Amino acid sequence: MPIHEKSLIRPENLKTHDELVIDGVDVSGHWSTFIESRVVTDYNEALQDEIEALPGGEYIHRCWQCGSCTNSCTVNAINPDFNPRYWIYLIRMGMESELLRDKDIIWQCVSCNKCTYACPRDVFPEGVMKATSHWLELKGHTPKSPSMHFDEVFTEQIVKTGKIEESRTIRRFFARTKQALMQDWMIEMTKRMLRHLPLGMLTRMGLATLVAPRTSNWDAASKAMQEYIDEQEHDRVRNRYR
Amino acid sequence: MTTKEKYKKVAYYPGCALEGTGHSYNRSTKAVGKALGLDLVEVKNWNCCGAMEVKNIDPKLQTYLSSRVMSVAANEMDMDVVMAPCNGCYHNLKKAEYDLANDEESVEVVDKLSKKAGHKTYESGQVETIHALDWIKQTIGEDGLRERVKNSLSGIKVANYYGCMYTRPRHIFPEKDQGPGSESTSKPHFMDDLLAAAGAENVDFPLKTACCGGAHTLSDSDTSTKLVLNILKAAKMAGADVIATECPTCHSGLEMHQIRAEKRLGEKVDVKILYFTQLLGMALGLKPRKVGVHENISDSIGFLKEKGLG
Repeated sequence: MPIHEKSLIRPENLKTHDELVIDGVDVSGHWSTFIESRVVTDYNEALQDEIEALPGGEYIHRCWQCGSCTNSCTVNAINPDFNPRYWIYLIRMGMESELLRDKDIIWQCVSCNKCTYACPRDVFPEGVMKATSHWLELKGHTPKSPSMHFDEVFTEQIVKTGKIEESRTIRRFFARTKQALMQDWMIEMTKRMLRHLPLGMLTRMGLATLVAPRTSNWDAASKAMQEYIDEQEHDRVRNRYR
Repeated sequence: MTTKEKYKKVAYYPGCALEGTGHSYNRSTKAVGKALGLDLVEVKNWNCCGAMEVKNIDPKLQTYLSSRVMSVAANEMDMDVVMAPCNGCYHNLKKAEYDLANDEESVEVVDKLSKKAGHKTYESGQVETIHALDWIKQTIGEDGLRERVKNSLSGIKVANYYGCMYTRPRHIFPEKDQGPGSESTSKPHFMDDLLAAAGAENVDFPLKTACCGGAHTLSDSDTSTKLVLNILKAAKMAGADVIATECPTCHSGLEMHQIRAEKRLGEKVDVKILYFTQLLGMALGLKPRKVGVHENISDSIGFLKEKGLG
């Protein structure tokens, strides 16, 4: 499985010479960039199994490296370092230390599912991205990402009340990630929202912040879901991630 | 019973966003339904479908949440069609339907949770989940709309924005890509068809199914702002006055990041953002306030007056 992308080679391993003649042939400059050879010794043979055991990662073994995922990727278009095909390759090869070089951006997958749509092998790369960022956190390689904080705040509220009240979720998320609530764009948004005085809407939203909307008779469902979450967590810890 | 008859009375699942920031979508959907003589019966005591977040904690928990909504519609209301205007709700119900028809483990988890929660377990096939677009397209259709239009949208150039969740991934939408009359997952056209019938001029918009970064709208706002800016600029370049939306997350994402791009990147793109139901409602003769235009953050009241819809 060759890796074609030059950007994947570490800059310090790329050698370009201003004046180099080998066997009478001038190989100076960018047309003859050399790659420093290296030896990889730290394979993690269990890496694929570990990712596969997490929700979303189940089908990573199907990948045959066509690159349709990276080619269609929304995030790759704005950040070329975001490369699902390459990460799937590293995971399948067990090259953990290489994977860790990108540990801080993998969570940025926007779940648009363009990769899943394009994938001819039903790898579900979107799920693999989620499983991989989850794995990074479980292994302690990265702190919880802002996205994980958001998912947790959101899920906690649903388990508790059955419904989402947006302003509560936003306030809790900003508090948990230690951000100021009144950002410039937020203030501007509020101003524009008030422009045409949508009184009914404002009253309703105001009331919702005081008394959170909830699904009635939700207690049994809430308890059942919390038990399920705890069980899953318990299994995960017992099986693999200590 | 024909599809047309079947969709005339549906269980309506607004979802959480339509009670908050997406309220104008809720208002306009109901108003359009009323104007068209279609019957919406709200799902009793519904819960959140799990949005885009719960699946990242545990996908089966999301399947359960979505299945409960369908269970209530089927078992407590005796309905066989659930209509969800929100792309996220629509997507999740479709996904739960697919998982419950194909994955035994999901069936087991959902059954266990449903029993503990004290309601009947949803069984795949009990209801059909449709989007607000299917609902109007299949019951009234283009010809029916043309007959009912009171204020044509003529002169309004529209970029139809469908987003991610309405078409992807393909496998949860088995009814799409089935040839003439069906929706396409690569080039969706139901919204184009309806708005064209109401007189609007649809522009050739290449980013119909691009992503607005809604999943990270707050957790990675800079990425979302860039993605939204692409969409706004592409719509503008295609000559659009208005981006028509069909999802509260896309809609509020476009509105929020339009402002954020102004504030943070100094990029101002003047394009109006309206729900397709708001445009349809006004074409059917409803006043802008009746379809909640004053509740949108993107201000289009002056523009609509200019076009004779105020």
